[in-house]
Amino acid sequence: MIILLALSSAAYYVGRRRAASLAGTAAESKRLHSRPTYYGTLTAIWCGLPALVLLGCWLVFQPTIITGLVVADLPVEIRNLPEARRDLIVNDIKNLVEGNIISGEVNPTMQAAADHYRSLEATGQAALAVITIAVAIMGLVIVNAKITPTLRARNLVEKALQYGLIACSTIAIFTTIGIVLSVLYEAIRFFNVIPVSDFLFGLKWSPQTAIRADQVGSSGAFGAVPVFMGTALISAIAMVVAVPVGLMSAIYLSEYAGNKLRTIAKPLIEILAGIPTVVYGFFAALTVAPFIRDTGSLLGLGVSSESALAAGLVMGIMIIPFVSSLSDDFINAVPQALRDGSYSLGATKSETIKRVVLPAALPGIVGGVLLAVSRAIGETMIVVMAAGMAANLTVNPLKTVTTVTVQIVTLLVGDQEFDSPKTLAAFALGLLLFIVTLILNVIALYVVRKYREQYE
Amino acid sequence: MNNSKTATPGASQQAERTIDIVNRGLDGRYRAERRFRWYGFSAIMVSLLFLALLFFSIVGKGYSAFQQTFIQLDVFFDPAILHQDALASADYQGLIKQSLRRTFPDVSGRQDKRMLYGLISSGASFLLRDIVLEHPDVIGETRAVWVPADDDVDMLIKGHFNRNVPESERRLKDKQLTWIDRMAAEGRIEKRFNQIFFTAGDSREPELAGIRGAVAGSFLILVVTLLLSFPIGVATAVYLEEFAPRNRWTDLIEVNINNLAAVPSIVFGLLGLAVFLNFFGLPRSAPLVGGLVLTLMTLPTIIIAGRSALQSVPPSIREAAMGVGASKMQMVAHHVLPLALPGILTGTIIGMARALGETAPLLMIGMVAFIVEIPGGFTDPATALPVQIFLWADSPERAFVERTSAAIMVLLAFLIAMNAAAVILRRRFERRW
Repeated sequence: MIILLALSSAAYYVGRRRAASLAGTAAESKRLHSRPTYYGTLTAIWCGLPALVLLGCWLVFQPTIITGLVVADLPVEIRNLPEARRDLIVNDIKNLVEGNIISGEVNPTMQAAADHYRSLEATGQAALAVITIAVAIMGLVIVNAKITPTLRARNLVEKALQYGLIACSTIAIFTTIGIVLSVLYEAIRFFNVIPVSDFLFGLKWSPQTAIRADQVGSSGAFGAVPVFMGTALISAIAMVVAVPVGLMSAIYLSEYAGNKLRTIAKPLIEILAGIPTVVYGFFAALTVAPFIRDTGSLLGLGVSSESALAAGLVMGIMIIPFVSSLSDDFINAVPQALRDGSYSLGATKSETIKRVVLPAALPGIVGGVLLAVSRAIGETMIVVMAAGMAANLTVNPLKTVTTVTVQIVTLLVGDQEFDSPKTLAAFALGLLLFIVTLILNVIALYVVRKYREQYE
Repeated sequence: MNNSKTATPGASQQAERTIDIVNRGLDGRYRAERRFRWYGFSAIMVSLLFLALLFFSIVGKGYSAFQQTFIQLDVFFDPAILHQDALASADYQGLIKQSLRRTFPDVSGRQDKRMLYGLISSGASFLLRDIVLEHPDVIGETRAVWVPADDDVDMLIKGHFNRNVPESERRLKDKQLTWIDRMAAEGRIEKRFNQIFFTAGDSREPELAGIRGAVAGSFLILVVTLLLSFPIGVATAVYLEEFAPRNRWTDLIEVNINNLAAVPSIVFGLLGLAVFLNFFGLPRSAPLVGGLVLTLMTLPTIIIAGRSALQSVPPSIREAAMGVGASKMQMVAHHVLPLALPGILTGTIIGMARALGETAPLLMIGMVAFIVEIPGGFTDPATALPVQIFLWADSPERAFVERTSAAIMVLLAFLIAMNAAAVILRRRFERRW
């Protein structure tokens, strides 16, 4: 890697020198098509890039190829074992190579295989070094020979750079594809075990599957309805807190507040958005939840210590700045002429806001609220820390409910096997979460975008 | 004519009535106006109140964690225990027990002794080991050594301990309380600056737990995130804003980026788990994987900020560069990008701040493991500061509440510093065209 870097920078100088020498004196340098640095860069690209690509491919494929070779060399009786057993042995061999602790005893065959693996790896390493350096030098020499005053080096370099830019901008697409494929793949495996209809419409969620057949109380029910009800309940509480407070603060800040209050209050409210969610979770679990529980018992209500109310309330606080800054944008985008027209008819300020500004800004505000809802649904840490695990099908905010994100975290943190429906269920939940938030986002972004253009 | 004659008195009557109606309604309308205004004001006050409440509750819980209770012990460095050839593995716990027995000669019985030993943190023996290894000449002498107290003692001294609870429900028993009171009267107990909190890794014992491992892990993750997301983000923004033709393909990329910005962070964690860990087989709990996941998460933020920064560079700059014969790439690289850089950097810092506070995706890729060592490389198992907060918040000990709050304060301090840097950057370099 370092050698490659050094070679590339060397290539840069070689190319530049060659171009400069071709040009001769400074006065003659206008004979060159491009400036000498471009020739240098071109040489460096040709020297470094192919070698780098080769290096990457090699490192990705080397383990598979070597493993294949080692397996091919194993005694016939091992090769004919079922796949799972063979994989175990191969794993042991790899552990042996890395000096890790292995399961079972080391027998001579495995030792031999491990030695074989190690020697192959060493050969591979050496071959890799030789070949990459050779490719790099070859690139250098070829391009160096091709440098002539008429070579359009700048155009070539710029073309290469542009391809680089395009490659970078496709990463966003690959991320989306990656999310969809990875989640979908595991979810389909889950739906092979549990029918889709059971998952979507089942009313009972208890993902503990029985390890032994005679175990009590671990039937493994995967009905997602209670989980989604919990998410909806907590999100609804959050929106009940966030929408009025956020909207009213936005109205006050943009329509009533003086300059002084605005410059102080606005950044302070924005701070709420910058606080990590894990901090909100801690706040919810250790301050808000006990407070609600104690107040509840004072009033004679049985409040669970992991009530949906606490999580929803704190989540609402988190979303306030989100709602308020988006609504602020849309309220400001309403043209002043509309307000002036309303004032001239004798309307008071609040009447203008209620009858003219808000209706005009409504589509945008709705879009903003939809975005806020999708945020509330996907919020994880607050509910993991403050909401419960038990999936109750209830709309009582004082009871414990669980959410999609809580279930994903509980199912995937800790030991996992990738064939039990328990782990795969998390991916199915993730898929549903992704789809729901995606739909909300698409609608919201469409509304917001359309509205932004309306008054421009 | 007829019509107008009859209409005129009617119109004047109606005009009077209209103004009456208006006047009658006016008080109510003004009241509604004031009420509405008050709603708005109280909404702002409510949000500010929540903010204040949050900060007070965390600072109030956490400020005491920056101090730690120490107990002075007269330790006799017994040559019989400290063999010259095995200093590192000698029985330092024994030394502490010895000196405790000497301080309280009247304590007897196994259970009482165990309760006595419980007053001192189990980390005290490491402290003694360090002293001996550094100054071997203390062997055979008696020195007064300040050792950290157990977390329960710490809580008692800091006043978070209720003595009125029945003895059976208390973590400290009556006997232990009398010993502690005696030591306090003798001036053997002191609160000092809690150095351990900043220099140690995680621990099961609250008095020995520190945030250094988590801070180092967060730092490594952020390095990976920055190194990947900044160049890729800038390149994407430049391409989309300067080069891309307006067609379906670029539209698709745009919609994609806007969507990714709003995808729940936990979904990125699922992606990391399925792709980086299971498919590519990268190590679990490694800062490298954490950085990769957070890169994908922060990219949209940086791209969007970068695009708006590029948009704010006026077209005249571009035209002037083209006019003197620069190619498009030269125009972007030499003129547009440097002018847009402050805006891009501001967006990057804000994206980094968000990545620093992110927890959920890191849980998915196994960074919740209990890790004592301070990570030294990108593939070492590590944890991050917010994850550490999550882990401590789950611990039952009262002393961990205090430490969690203190860790939150440290995290918030980092975030405030980063956001302040972004604000300063914007103030200094922002140019209105």
